[in-house]
Amino acid sequence: MNKKTLFDKVWDSHVVSSIENGPQILYIDRHLIHEVTSPQAFNELENRGIPIFRPDQIIATADHNTPTLNQDQPIKDALSRKQLEQLSENCKKNNITLYELGHKYNGIVHVMAPELGITQPGITMVCGDSHTSTHGAFGAIAFGIGTSQVAQVFASQCLLLKKPKSLRVTVNGKLKNGVLPKDVILYIISKLGTNAGTGYFCEYAGSVFEDMSMEGRMTVCNMSIEMGARGGMIAPDQTTFDYIKGRKFSPKGEEFEKKVNYWKTLPTDEGAVFDNEYTFDADDIEPMITYGTNPGMGIKITETIPEEDNASFKKSLNYMDFKAGERLIDKPINYVFIGSCTNSRIEDFRVAANYIKGKQKADNVTAWLVPGSKQVEAQIIEEGLKAIFDEAGFELRQPGCSACLAMNDDKIPQGEYCVSTSNRNFEGRQGQGARTILASPLVAAATAVEGKIIDITKHLN
Amino acid sequence: MEKFTTLRSTAIPLNIENVDTDQIIPARFLKATDKKGFGGNVFRDWRFNEDGSVNTDFVLNNSQFYGSILVAGNNFGCGSSREHAAWAIMGYGFKVVVSSFFADIFKGNALNNGLLPVQISEQFLSDLFDEIESNPQTVVKVNLEDQVISVEDKNLSERFEIDAYKKTCLINGYDDIDYLINNKELIEAFEAQKTY
Repeated sequence: MNKKTLFDKVWDSHVVSSIENGPQILYIDRHLIHEVTSPQAFNELENRGIPIFRPDQIIATADHNTPTLNQDQPIKDALSRKQLEQLSENCKKNNITLYELGHKYNGIVHVMAPELGITQPGITMVCGDSHTSTHGAFGAIAFGIGTSQVAQVFASQCLLLKKPKSLRVTVNGKLKNGVLPKDVILYIISKLGTNAGTGYFCEYAGSVFEDMSMEGRMTVCNMSIEMGARGGMIAPDQTTFDYIKGRKFSPKGEEFEKKVNYWKTLPTDEGAVFDNEYTFDADDIEPMITYGTNPGMGIKITETIPEEDNASFKKSLNYMDFKAGERLIDKPINYVFIGSCTNSRIEDFRVAANYIKGKQKADNVTAWLVPGSKQVEAQIIEEGLKAIFDEAGFELRQPGCSACLAMNDDKIPQGEYCVSTSNRNFEGRQGQGARTILASPLVAAATAVEGKIIDITKHLN
Repeated sequence: MEKFTTLRSTAIPLNIENVDTDQIIPARFLKATDKKGFGGNVFRDWRFNEDGSVNTDFVLNNSQFYGSILVAGNNFGCGSSREHAAWAIMGYGFKVVVSSFFADIFKGNALNNGLLPVQISEQFLSDLFDEIESNPQTVVKVNLEDQVISVEDKNLSERFEIDAYKKTCLINGYDDIDYLINNKELIEAFEAQKTY
C-alpha cells in the first residue's frame, strides 16, 4: 500500500482536478477573513460582477486594525474606521457571518476560529494572513494567502496551487522546566533559518508535540511561516478531539463520533517518506530569546550573540544596537507585550500570572497584556488572573493584534526595546525604529517584573 | 492583468538579504481599501528618516540608479501575506524583481499581479550586483518566453524557472479567477461527492 503523510491525506482528498504540467485545483473548506486583506478582494469581485460562491463557508472578524482600549466608542482614526465599516458592509451585503468589534466571539482570527470549533482536523482552511499556519495544530491544511487568492476563494471556493513538498521536524524527549512551546519553535527556527521551510509544508512530530496542549501546538504551528513553511501540521489525537468537543461549530453527538473515527485515520502512515527531515532533542532546548531582526536570529537566553561576517547580519545588529559576543542578560527593557496570534490564549496568561503573582511590575516598564479574543478576556477575568495583573500594576487591554504589527495606536517608541511574545522581530514591526526581542510569555512576564532581561532558568523551582 | 513578455531596463540594486514585507510596506500603510497609492510608501522607513528627511544612503534615493527592475538579496519578500507589498513595488514602477530566493506567498502575490519574480543562482546574483553597482547604466534584459535573464553587451545570462501555467497567464494577461470560474461544474461535482 502507498504510505502517505498526514499532509498527503488531507491534500489529496481536496484535489478537484489537476492541470497538466501545472497546478491543481484545491478545494477550500473554510475561509477566514479580516478587515485588512479582504476589501480589495470584495472590490475585485464586484467590479467583475462575480458573486461570492459559498458565503456560508466564510467567517469574518475584525482584529488587525482595531483599538485595544475603549472598543465601545467610535474609532478615532478615520482610515481605520472606514476599513472596519467596509468589512461590515461587505459581510452584510454578501451574507457572511461577522464577529465585529465588541461581539462576544470577536478576536484575533487565529484565536477565535479554533476556540469556536471552526478549525477541525482534515479540513483545508485559508485566510489572508500568513499566520493561518496556526490551525495546522489540529491536523488541518491551513495557510496564508494574498488578496488575489482571497478573491479566488470568494469566486470559486478553490485555489490553484502546486502541491508543496513535505518536511518533518521531530523533537523527542521531555521539555525542561520553564521551556515553553514558544521556546521550542524559536529554537527550531534558530537552527534551521528563515527559509529552510520555503516550498514545504512542515509536520511536527515526536513526544514533545504529543505531550503538548492544543494551545501549545498552535503556538508552534503559528510560527511555521517564520522558517518559510506555508503551513505546519500536527497529527490529530485524543488531545485534539477533547479540545474540539462541545465547541460552537464542532460536530455534535453521533456526527462527532463519526468524525473522530475519520480523524483517527489521518496521522502519517508508518514508513511514509518526507522530502526532508530534521530531528532535535528536547534536552537541548532552553528558554530562547532573539537578538536580531528576523526570527531565525535566536539564542538560548544565557548565550552570547554570535559573530557573522555578513553585511545583512551587521545591519541587523546595528539596528538592534547590539554587539556580537555580548549577552542579553541584564539588558534594561522598558516595554513588554504579551499578546498576538502566537501567545494570547488563556494558557499564556496563566503562565504570566503564575510568575507575576505576589510580585510587582518594574517602574520603568510599560506592559501591554492583550488577550487574543473576547472569550480569552472573559476567562482571564473569571479565573482571577486579571486581579493578579491589576495588583501587580499591569493593565489588561481589549482583544486584537495590537503591538504585534502596530497598525493601531499600540506602537513601541523609536529606539526602545520590547520583549514581545509575538512572532516577528522585523525592523519597525512594532513601530518605527522599535526594537523587538521575541520570547515566551514566561520570559516576557519576568522581564516586566525585573525591568531587564533575566536568566529565567535561575528563577524556577 | 497586464501582459508580460520581455523587458529591457536598467536596474536598482538592493543588496540586502531577507527583505521582509514589513520593510516593503509598513503595516501602518495598510489601512487603504483599494490597491492604489502604495507605491509612494514602498520601503518607506528605509527611504526616509524618522524626521521625514530623505535617507540619502538608501539606494532608491541614489539618482545614479533607476529603472523598472529591482535586484535584491536572498529570501526576498519573507514575512506577512500582505499583497500590498506587490502593489507597492509595482506602484513605484517596478515590473520585475530579481533575487536568488523568494518567499512563497510574496512570489504568488507577485505573479497574480503581473510582477515577474525572476529567481537566479547566487553566483549570477552576485555577478549582477557587481555589474550594476560598478556601472549603473547596465541594461538588464528579461525574456519570459525564453525564460532568460541577461546583461546587455556582456557575456552574462542565465535561464530561470517559472511554472508553465503561470507563464502562460503572464504572457496572455489571464488570472486564476478566470480559470476557476470556468471550472465551476467540476467544483460543484467535487462538493457533491466529498469523502471527508
